[in-house]
Amino acid sequence: MSKDAIRAKLGRDTIKVDDQKHIKIKQDVCRTCKEKYCLYVCPAQVYSLNKQGEIELDLDACLECGTCRIACIKKSVDWNYPRGGFGVQLKFG
Amino acid sequence: MEKFEVIVVGGGLAGLSAAYTLAKDGIEVLLVERGDFSGSKNVTGGRLYLNPVRGLLPELWAEAPLERFVGQEIITVMGQNSSVSVRLSSEDFRTEPRHSYTILRSKFDQWFAEKAAEAGAMLVTKQKVDDLIWENGTVAGIVSGEDRIQAGVVIAADGIMSLISERAHLRKEQQPKQYAVGIKEIIELSAKTIEDRFNLRDGEGAAEMFMGSLTKGMFGGGFLYTNKESLSLGLVIGISDLMSKTPPIEAPELLEEFKNRSEVAPLIKGGETVEYSAHVIGEGGYNAMAKLHGNGILVAGDAAGLNLNTGLTVRGMEFAIASGVFAGRAIKKARDANDLSKAPLNYDQLMKDSFVLKDMYTFRDAPSFLENPRLFNLYPQVLCDTMGKLMAIGEGPKRKLSSTAMREMRSKLGWSWLKELRGALKV
Repeated sequence: MSKDAIRAKLGRDTIKVDDQKHIKIKQDVCRTCKEKYCLYVCPAQVYSLNKQGEIELDLDACLECGTCRIACIKKSVDWNYPRGGFGVQLKFG
Repeated sequence: MEKFEVIVVGGGLAGLSAAYTLAKDGIEVLLVERGDFSGSKNVTGGRLYLNPVRGLLPELWAEAPLERFVGQEIITVMGQNSSVSVRLSSEDFRTEPRHSYTILRSKFDQWFAEKAAEAGAMLVTKQKVDDLIWENGTVAGIVSGEDRIQAGVVIAADGIMSLISERAHLRKEQQPKQYAVGIKEIIELSAKTIEDRFNLRDGEGAAEMFMGSLTKGMFGGGFLYTNKESLSLGLVIGISDLMSKTPPIEAPELLEEFKNRSEVAPLIKGGETVEYSAHVIGEGGYNAMAKLHGNGILVAGDAAGLNLNTGLTVRGMEFAIASGVFAGRAIKKARDANDLSKAPLNYDQLMKDSFVLKDMYTFRDAPSFLENPRLFNLYPQVLCDTMGKLMAIGEGPKRKLSSTAMREMRSKLGWSWLKELRGALKV
């Protein structure tokens, strides 16, 4: 699905972005990962592959579901919720 | 260091139920919620089953901000180009006291938090609990950023990803097979449009669940609930199946395709998507539950793995409410006996005697039944094809209906499905 299409949906959500990143990955571990499930399982397409073949995270889009934590088989994803008062603030739920 | 009798981690249904119950019993309770407000981080399909919890918080339900009472239950089995639906229209479900209501968690939880605060609970928001304080192998408080606060008892109600129950060594590492991801849109439509499209009376709601080709052979399904002035529409996909799908599919793409299905598109036509959300859902049932307690700590709601997918019904919120209430009562009983260390055992007993653990146990084999890929990649298509052939009048002569059905099923299923029917006895 195109990044624009996802961004259009996410655009309706209030997401208070923190400059402290709440999810970190270990690039050297990711390099050994063939499967890279993170690229497919994330509802918000936070994870992408750049031209150098490295995983990049766009946490501005994160919906804090936790799927990436569960799907990362290499234990590269160091997952937490954002700090209190940051991240998505749902109006409907 | 500050101390509270009870600290509740998480201001969702389990946390608020516990805090409300404790406060009403005059027990000093601090509830710590990481969102801007209770509900800001919570997602449901969704619908709340009221019968099991009506009596637990009797004074609240009359004014609770619920959406529509559900009078119609629809199950839609999808093939590639067709589907078969079963609709239950029930006067029983429509008659007071009503069976279930569609619900929007942000609205509901905010209101519930007000109630808990009115009852005397101290609620703090925009605060995340990072860790526990330990004293001689017993949980003795919480750490939140720079703050350390002591507690007589801690209730971990921090949801399906519960980092606190892991810190307390009460839950193991999460396995992909035991979890699904739910992806949801709130689509705004006028009440009149909703009632016209779904044939609903004033204030009535419908709940529809979908399974079959929409998840492309993967575990999961779709859902559609009517709220007062919006639809909750979404998809649930097993994380393990999503990972092993070859070639890989992007999860959000499945939701777009689902919205374009002819069974769905007309229902959402003209509606505006006003929210996009996602949440992990526990699918492991009884065998994936966390331990419900440790020294100085009780675990409630999704954090304890109290969620249940029986195939036809998906439950969790009523378990969250009940476990929160029982956690509160367990602590009160221990406190009355002047021995807070008895709280975990009290909680254990209340839970075992209740519908919560009884139902979790009764349906303990549902996950293994639902693991059968043919439920998602074969049977729905065969059902649709069989119905299609039964209903069709072609150019030439037509076979007997019974013969048509038998031929269709025998050719597509062989006889192994009879053995699998026995598996259905597990549910």
